[in-house]
Amino acid sequence: MRLRHRTLRRAAQLLLLCCALFIFLGAGDENARFNDLGHRMMCVCGCNQILLECNHVGCQYSDHMRGELMAALDRGDNDDLILQNFVQKYGTVVIAAPTTTGFNRVAWIMPYLALALGLTTVVLVVRTWRNRPLVPPADAVAPVSGAELERFREEARKDTET
Amino acid sequence: MSQIGSFALLLALALSAYSFLAGWLALARAGPGSERLGETARRAGIAVFGIVFLAAVVLVVAAFQDDFSIAYIFHHSNRDLPIAYKFAVLWSGQEGSLLFWSLLLATYGVVLRLRHKTDARLFAYASVIIAAVQVFFLLLLNFAAHPFAVMTGELPPDGNGLNPLLQYPEMVIHPPMLYLGYVGFTIPFAFALGALIMRYPGEKWIHITRRWTMVTWGFLTCGIFLGMHWAYSVLGWGGYWGWDPVESASFMPWLTGTAFLHSVMMQEKRGMLKVWNMWLIFITFGLCIFGTFLTRSGVVSSVHAFAQSSIGTWFMVFLALIAATCILFYVLNHSHLRSEHRLESIVSRESSFLFNNLLFVMFCFTVLWGTLFPILSEWVQGTKVTVGPPFFNKVAIPVALLLLLLTAVGPLLAWRKTSTESIKRNFMWPAIGALAVGVLMMIFGVRPWVDVSYFYALMSAMLAVLVALTVVMEFVRGARVISGHTRQNLLASMVHLWHRNTRRYGGYIVHFGVAVVIIGFLGSAFNRDQEKEMGFGDKMQIGRYTLVCQSYTQDDNPNYQSEWAVINVFNGDRKVTTLYPERRFYHASQQTQTMPQIYPTVKDDLFLVKDLYLVYEGINQDTGRPIIKAHLNPMVPWIWFGWLLMVFGTITALVPNAVPVRMAVPARVHVEPVGAD
Repeated sequence: MRLRHRTLRRAAQLLLLCCALFIFLGAGDENARFNDLGHRMMCVCGCNQILLECNHVGCQYSDHMRGELMAALDRGDNDDLILQNFVQKYGTVVIAAPTTTGFNRVAWIMPYLALALGLTTVVLVVRTWRNRPLVPPADAVAPVSGAELERFREEARKDTET
Repeated sequence: MSQIGSFALLLALALSAYSFLAGWLALARAGPGSERLGETARRAGIAVFGIVFLAAVVLVVAAFQDDFSIAYIFHHSNRDLPIAYKFAVLWSGQEGSLLFWSLLLATYGVVLRLRHKTDARLFAYASVIIAAVQVFFLLLLNFAAHPFAVMTGELPPDGNGLNPLLQYPEMVIHPPMLYLGYVGFTIPFAFALGALIMRYPGEKWIHITRRWTMVTWGFLTCGIFLGMHWAYSVLGWGGYWGWDPVESASFMPWLTGTAFLHSVMMQEKRGMLKVWNMWLIFITFGLCIFGTFLTRSGVVSSVHAFAQSSIGTWFMVFLALIAATCILFYVLNHSHLRSEHRLESIVSRESSFLFNNLLFVMFCFTVLWGTLFPILSEWVQGTKVTVGPPFFNKVAIPVALLLLLLTAVGPLLAWRKTSTESIKRNFMWPAIGALAVGVLMMIFGVRPWVDVSYFYALMSAMLAVLVALTVVMEFVRGARVISGHTRQNLLASMVHLWHRNTRRYGGYIVHFGVAVVIIGFLGSAFNRDQEKEMGFGDKMQIGRYTLVCQSYTQDDNPNYQSEWAVINVFNGDRKVTTLYPERRFYHASQQTQTMPQIYPTVKDDLFLVKDLYLVYEGINQDTGRPIIKAHLNPMVPWIWFGWLLMVFGTITALVPNAVPVRMAVPARVHVEPVGAD
């Protein structure tokens, strides 16, 4: 019983160690962080490109900004602090997407809200249409039946369905 | 020279105004002489084409003659500009491109007016609406953005030259294609508004509009893809789509135009969505004008935009007029747009079209919202924010994936109602194929839980395969039936099948092309790049390719000075190609431009083809050695192949059916409509 308990405890410790290793391995991957942060910021030279994608010849900003980013990573600054420092220096336009604070949240909420509203509308329209009485319309063809109707449907299906 | 051009523009304005007013009068008062008045309006509209064409020719000739007394030529051309690009001068600046807009509208207008016998009254309405749009553009050209304005003071010896970004062969094709798309949506708009004003009976106008819309949509598709290819080949950042506001401006009418091409089938087959279709085409045209406004007003910053100018106000007023006109006639005549059928089942082609339209419109709204949010933010918070690719990728990709799912599912659902058996029969094998691709991708290391881009790549691949397989199965199933009757082989039967219903099977080819394009897009999740200063004999490794710098040098010609490197590319020990990434400095404009070199690795990996993309970044001033950036972009060639398939599908869908459709036409009865849709 005691042996089993010890084995379990060791397994848990091993698992914890693996998790910690995994986390710290990720945190220490400066190249990945550089790549990630560099893609979350814009070059401010006016080329309208992501910082790491700006290849604007003779750009006065991107090389310098990349150097600043690398220096910040070397200092051990965390991601939030790095982004905050860039915003202070270059303004809010340096961040490539709106933040999730204050009015900027509206930017993220609105597309999903519109989609939800649209879906609700379509569902309501479908329900209304299904419940609508089947009355022949103004310019509709007169009702046909039997073999003629089947032939008509078959021709319409074959020849005009897209 | 400039006087001829200026006079031509004034004359064109006068004729357009006459075409509009006389045409409107002829339609408004039905009496003796109105037919002749209408005919003069039609002919005036045709004459506008000749006059605007003359103005455009004058501008191009001025570019060829280096007539720098015309300010536009001075700003956009120079003596040493290669001949092919002298044509591009016409659309390279604000004023010239507006003249080009006007010329294309006049060309579309002349085709429409020559085909007026198809339905004289409907075409007369459309002609009047086109004349009104033409009046707006000619007013702009005459009073706000005059292409023939003359230089004051001493004439300059040479011009400023064409923007270096535009000195690329594709720029001779891309803008005309895009403009043909933008301008072309005026025609369906004119038919739709005309049909609403005259309370057009029946669906004939929708048949006429659909063909025009398909042609226009095809041009816009070509324009967008050529623009992507140009951005990829010239801008040198290794990508093809950056959610730039001007790219978005062209994408929005494409989305609503695509929605219209689908929903119009509901009206043709079932007499449903009449109001929706009307508004969809109004919105598409409005978005074309809005896109032109975005590009030219300077309200958004973009690498593509024309210089900031005052013509934004003109466009705002015009947009307001369009909206007011559409709303007015809709309010007056909406009772005419009654739905004729009810929806019988949620699992049907009709409901798939509804959801398809919802997603297209929501996609469009998302793009519009992201494009305009910086302006809104400035109004509300006083600070401008950037809405760049990370936002669009997070918000738009899920909608695009849902659309892709519907592209697979929709075409196989039957009109009215689809049985569970039919769904099982149609989707089992495509679904198994898509799942198999997903499993294979995971086995080969695409773990969706590692990175969200991998998740999107996996989902895109599975859905694209689902779309492709459903299309293939549709062709095979139909061809087998024909083969059984005619004893033809399967391929011949497929051609026979397509001939029987070109629109349907052309549409399927377009869907297949979309699936191929999506496969091309998903490769971006696996892009790699390297940058290195490379002296003689220096090596750089990217993927399986070794790049060896053989030499670097420079040259000078009257148009530009250039520096380039000669890079040998090895796959293992085998030399596969030599690439020459280059950087140019244009004398006239005093601007620098990179010229990337691209090598598609078709011979090495046919299906998992990659683009080896080299950029000459510049010279290290301390060492005098070039800095080369190499990108390895998987699957990009699939995008261009998919685009060609889409174009092929569009063309085949426009071909008339080989066997005329003979339909039983029972007698019509008059009953009360059942309500608006």
